[in-house]
Amino acid sequence: MSWLLGNADQIVQITLVHAWYSALPIVIGFVIAIPIGWLANRYRVGRGTILAVVGLLYAVPSLPLFVALPSLLGTRILDPANVIVALTIYAIAIMVRTASDAFASVEIDVLLSATAVGFSTWRRFWSVELPLAGPVLLSGIRVVSVSTISLLSVGSVIGVTSLGYFFLDGFQRAFALEIIVGIVGTIVIAVISDLLLSLAGRLLMPWNARPPSRRAVRRAEARTLVEAA
Amino acid sequence: MIEFRSVTKRFPDGTVAVRDFSLVIPSRRITVLVGSSGSGKTTILRMINRMVDPTSGTIEIDGDDIAGIEPVGLRRGIGYVMQNAGLLPHRRVADNIATVPVLRGVRRKDARARALELMDTVGLDRSLAERYPSQLSGGQQQRVGVARGLAVDPNILLMDEPFGAVDPLVRAELQRELLRLQRDLDKTVVFVTHDIDEALLLGDQIVIFTTGGIVAQAGTPQEILAAPADEFVARFVGADRGKRALHVREQNGRPVVVDSEGRAAGVLVPDDAGLGARAGDGSPADGSAPGGRPEPARDGGAR
Repeated sequence: MSWLLGNADQIVQITLVHAWYSALPIVIGFVIAIPIGWLANRYRVGRGTILAVVGLLYAVPSLPLFVALPSLLGTRILDPANVIVALTIYAIAIMVRTASDAFASVEIDVLLSATAVGFSTWRRFWSVELPLAGPVLLSGIRVVSVSTISLLSVGSVIGVTSLGYFFLDGFQRAFALEIIVGIVGTIVIAVISDLLLSLAGRLLMPWNARPPSRRAVRRAEARTLVEAA
Repeated sequence: MIEFRSVTKRFPDGTVAVRDFSLVIPSRRITVLVGSSGSGKTTILRMINRMVDPTSGTIEIDGDDIAGIEPVGLRRGIGYVMQNAGLLPHRRVADNIATVPVLRGVRRKDARARALELMDTVGLDRSLAERYPSQLSGGQQQRVGVARGLAVDPNILLMDEPFGAVDPLVRAELQRELLRLQRDLDKTVVFVTHDIDEALLLGDQIVIFTTGGIVAQAGTPQEILAAPADEFVARFVGADRGKRALHVREQNGRPVVVDSEGRAAGVLVPDDAGLGARAGDGSPADGSAPGGRPEPARDGGAR
């Protein structure tokens, strides 16, 4: 207990850093994955290739990637940018397929009628396709968020600040409480971020209060998880 | 007036959806394109707002070749109603109706106010304005679709099997509503259906297709029923089964009209006592040879 009180400042600070370092890859990965997923869905011929290549990114083991990135990016070895870039790559790997499925889930009749009444391609994307792809996109970003928050801990091995530090430190000192702090902290961030995302989904997609295609969403989720495993 | 001149559409996979099709669609009348699936009727409809561009031939609206008109702008000036209404599921009813005016730059508030008026026009309670489409019945959704099609007060209204997905009772009601609206609004309506009864009920001019956009017969309902051009048309309208044959029987000294099954369909009254045939004064094709293509109506100004 006294360790907790004595280190409260550090625990809070590292937790905030962990949240920030994982928020960046989640958001950047999401933004990059959307146009790729849209293209994969639109041009069926390239779809298989795009998804296969992007999916392969996930197969790159995290630790070697962390170590290799400094020489590829020209960053210093301890720069958090290495970990953030690596996690962004994983986020894209998961998110592109979900984004492609999300755009495929938009009813063709709705798109057709949007075109028929005079939406330009650009306007149709922003005001019809993107919002209607929303529910499946949301399910994807929730998976990405949990996976990124937990993967970030590995960054501590190469010296980047994260809750993984408590895990490593506690393990070396055979100090269970510190290990538990690392684990619980990670879970707390993941749970809060998931709640925020689902709240954002409810606010941004009020028509979706009772989504009719809950099964489709779950199927997309399952597929993403299977692929990530 | 919309005019098709030798229009052919060949899709990239080689199918010919429409072959050398010519037709004049008169202004302020309902023209119904009827045929089974694969007859090319929907493709023809979609060529009018450039959803599909012809491989060869020209389409003119009031004398302007539409190939020279920018598609997005063209579409915003033409009403479009489709099966299942094609509403935006994430927009409330009033916003759905206001879609096209907003695309054309009308302020959202003004467009929504106009949307409420349109809800009155199509017989929708204003209390539904803040619902999402999924919270409406099929018939209500279809009315929203019609209201959206009318929102910019277009001269041309394209309707692609608009009542195909609602139950027969609601369909009959929507058909009556469309005729009522048309009496007030005088639009140039192009209506696609596979239901010949719907075509006979709504059409001032009917075009019956076989396959590949080949016209079996075009004319007024009267002309088609009076003289089906060939066996295909006769079969299509049901004349070969005697479905359209009505007989007169005497009942207590009065002539009663019965259908082929012997069910009473009505009584015979002198011409000036009843409402008369609908197309008596409104037929666009009066004077064209029965069974032939109707002559172009002389009124312009479709747009």
